Amino acid sequence: MSANGSEPRKHTIAVLVENKFGVLSRVAGLFSARGYNIESLSVGETLDPSVSRMTLVVSGDEFVIEQVMKQLHKLIDVIKVNDLTDDSHVERELVLVRVNAEPQHRAEILRVGDIFRAKVVDVTPVSYVLEATGDEGKIDAMLELLRPMGIQEVVRTGKVAISRGPKTRVKRAPEVRRPRVSDDPRVVGFAD
Amino acid sequence: MKQAGARIVLECLKREGVDLIFGLPGGAVLPIYDALYDFEGLRHVLVRQEAAAGHAAEGYARATGKVGVCLVTSGPACTNLVTALQDAMMDSIPIVAFTGQVPTHLIGNDAFQEADNVGITRSATKHNFLVKDGKDLGPIIREAFHIALTGRPGPVHVDLPKDILVKETELVWPEKVVMRSYNPNYDGHPGQIKRAARSLVRARKPVLYVGGGVISADAHAELRELAELTQIPVTTTLMGLGAFPSEHPLSLEMLGMHGTYYANMAVHHSDVLVSVGARFDDRVTGRVDAFAPHAEIIHIDIDPSSISKNIKVDVPIVGDCRRVLRSLIDAVKQEKDDGGGREARRAWHAQIAEWKAAQPLRYEWSDDVIKPQYVIQELSNLTRGEALVVTGVGQHQMWAAQYYKFKHPRAWFTSGGLGTMGYGLPTAMGVQAAHPGRLVVNVDGDGSFAMNSQELATCFTEHLPVKTVIINNSGHGMVRQWQRIIYKERYCAIDLPGIPDWVRLAEAYGCVGLRATKPSEVVPAIEKMLSTPAPVVLDVVVDKDECVFPMVPAGGANTDMILAPPSRETRERAEKSQTGF
Repeated sequence: MSANGSEPRKHTIAVLVENKFGVLSRVAGLFSARGYNIESLSVGETLDPSVSRMTLVVSGDEFVIEQVMKQLHKLIDVIKVNDLTDDSHVERELVLVRVNAEPQHRAEILRVGDIFRAKVVDVTPVSYVLEATGDEGKIDAMLELLRPMGIQEVVRTGKVAISRGPKTRVKRAPEVRRPRVSDDPRVVGFAD
Repeated sequence: MKQAGARIVLECLKREGVDLIFGLPGGAVLPIYDALYDFEGLRHVLVRQEAAAGHAAEGYARATGKVGVCLVTSGPACTNLVTALQDAMMDSIPIVAFTGQVPTHLIGNDAFQEADNVGITRSATKHNFLVKDGKDLGPIIREAFHIALTGRPGPVHVDLPKDILVKETELVWPEKVVMRSYNPNYDGHPGQIKRAARSLVRARKPVLYVGGGVISADAHAELRELAELTQIPVTTTLMGLGAFPSEHPLSLEMLGMHGTYYANMAVHHSDVLVSVGARFDDRVTGRVDAFAPHAEIIHIDIDPSSISKNIKVDVPIVGDCRRVLRSLIDAVKQEKDDGGGREARRAWHAQIAEWKAAQPLRYEWSDDVIKPQYVIQELSNLTRGEALVVTGVGQHQMWAAQYYKFKHPRAWFTSGGLGTMGYGLPTAMGVQAAHPGRLVVNVDGDGSFAMNSQELATCFTEHLPVKTVIINNSGHGMVRQWQRIIYKERYCAIDLPGIPDWVRLAEAYGCVGLRATKPSEVVPAIEKMLSTPAPVVLDVVVDKDECVFPMVPAGGANTDMILAPPSRETRERAEKSQTGF
C-alpha cells in the first residue's frame, strides 16, 4: 500500500539488539507476521558482546518503512533502529564462488578475479573458489562475467553496512536514561 | 538462604504485590503447586480450562489496573492459553502468564507435554522469557511485571522449566528495573501539544474519539475536563466505553461498524478529530479513505507504532493519555479563542442534536417475542448503570455496548480486538474475584457462552456469584445477520437449536438457572437474578431474526450505515461496498 504515493525502494536498516536467546526469531517473526519483504539479513556481535547488530535490507514505500522502523523499535530487545539509506554510509557484501576451472578458462578466471580484487581461496584440478567483497553492483557484475565459465555454487553473506558518522554507537552504561527528544513518529531511536 | 526455584517464583509474585492467581496444575508446574501448599498470602483460583485462567487474569487486570497473573503447565496448557494471550495483546491488557516447561535437558527432545512455548507465544505477547538459570528468576519476573504494566500494556509470558523450579538457589531481587532497550515515553512533546491546543480552540466541528487507552491510563477525569472545557463532543470505541458517561450531553456514544448514526456522522463531518488512546481499527474507520475526510487528525497514543499506521496523522503526540490530556488542558487554557469559534461550535451542537433526534438507537417493540435490546435496557435500568458488565462476542456484545448506559471506567469488559467468543464467563470470574462485593453481569450469547460454560464449575466452587444473561437466539446471530444482509440469506452452519437446556446446565453445575420467554417475564427474571446471592444463569429466549443496527458493511464507508432491516436495494448496495472481510 502506498499511502503517500512514494515509490517502493530498498532501505538498509541497522538494528542494535540485546544479544539474547530468541532475538533473531523475534525480528524475523515480525517480518513474516506483518508481511514485510525482507531481502537480506545479517547478524553479528558488536564491540560490546551483549549487543548484536543486524543489517536488514527491506523494500517498501515510505509508509511501510516507517512502520517497519516503529515495529522493530517496539520489540523489547531492540535497542536502536537506524535507517542508513539516506545517510552517508558504506555497505559491503562478501561472496564465495566456486567456478569451473577448465584449463582453457583458468587465465580468464584469474583476470576477472584481478579486476574485481577477488582472491582465490581454494584450487582443485577442476575448480577455483574465489572470494570477493563489494557492494551489490560489483558482486553482481563479477558473477555475470564468471557465468560463461560455469558457476557451480555461489554463497553471499547479505549486506552489512556502517554509517560514516557516529550514529549507531551504543554506550555501555545502561543506567543513563536518555531524554526523549522528539515525538516525531519517524524518530524511533536516538543518536548519541 | 537457598530455596527451591518454585518458592522463589511465589516469593517474587508476593513482592510484586500479587494476591490472586488463576491457574490449573499439571506435571511441569507441580513444584510450584507443592510450594503453594503452605505458602501464605496468595489465593489460587482453580479454573477448568487454561484459556479461562488467561481471561480471568485479563478481567482482574482491567478491573483493578494491576497486573493479572495466571499459571498453567507445559504443552497443551500453554497452547490453550495462547488465545487469551493474543486477546490481551490486542486489547492492551497487562497480564503475566507463567507456564511450565519440561526440564532444560529435555527441551527439544519431543518430551511428554512439551511444546516450544516461547516460540508459540512470541507473536501473541508483548514479550516472553524462557528461564534457563534459577538466579535469573527474580530479575526476569521483575522485568515481566514491569513490561506488562508500563508503556502500552500487554501480556508477558514466562516459561519455567521443571528443573529450574526444583533446584535450590539464592533469590536475586533487583530493586529497580533498568532496561536500555525499553524506556517508554510518557510526556507528550510540548510543541505538538501546543499545536493541538491551537487546532482545538479554533476548530468549528471538533470531535474527541476515545479508546481503551484512556481507561488503561486512568485518564477519564482529564478527558471529561477537556471535553467540558472545550465543549467538544465525545465518541468512544468499543474498548473505550465507560471512559466518558454515556448519558453526558456531550456523549455521542460508540462509533464505527455498529456505532450510533450521530457518532459516525459527527466524525465524518468533523474538521478536527482528536484520537485519544485509540488505534483507528478497521471496525472503527470502515473504508479508510472515506474516514473523517475533512478532518485534521490529532493522535495521542503511548505506542508510536499506532500513529499513522492506518490513517495519516497530522499532529502525532506520543505519550501517556493522562499526562498528555493534562498538558493539553493547560495549553488550551492559554490559547485565545478567535471569537468566531463559539458561534460555529453552537451550530455544530445544533447539527449533532438534529442527527440524534433523526436517528436515535431504536428497535421495534413486540408483545410476543423478547427483543434483545429490551433485555439490555432493562438490565441497565435495574442496575442503574452500576454493574460491572462483561460480554462474549457477537450480537449480544454490540447490543450491550449500545444499550447499556455506562457511568464509570473499568466497568466494561469485552474482547474488542481479537473478538474471542467464550471470553465472557471466565473474564467475569476475574472481575468478580477482584471485586467480591460488587455486581458482575456477564451478558453472553448462546454460541459464545457455550465455548467456556465449563467455568460455571469454577464460579460455584470458588464462590464467584457471576450473573450470566444469555441472549439466546438459538444460533450464531452475528453470522446469521451477515448471511442475511450480505450473503443473500444463504444461511449456513448457524443453528444451535435449543440445546443444551441452560437452566438445567446451570443447575448441574450447582448454580441457579432462570428463564424468560415472554417480554413480560424479563423484568421479574432480572430482578430475581440480581437478588440471588449465588452464580446465576438467566436464559432469555429472544427474537432470532433481530439484527444489530446501525451496521456498516465491512469495507464500506461509515456514511454507508444500514439503519434498519434492509430492503433489496440496501442489500445490493452492501454487497457492492463489501471489499473487506
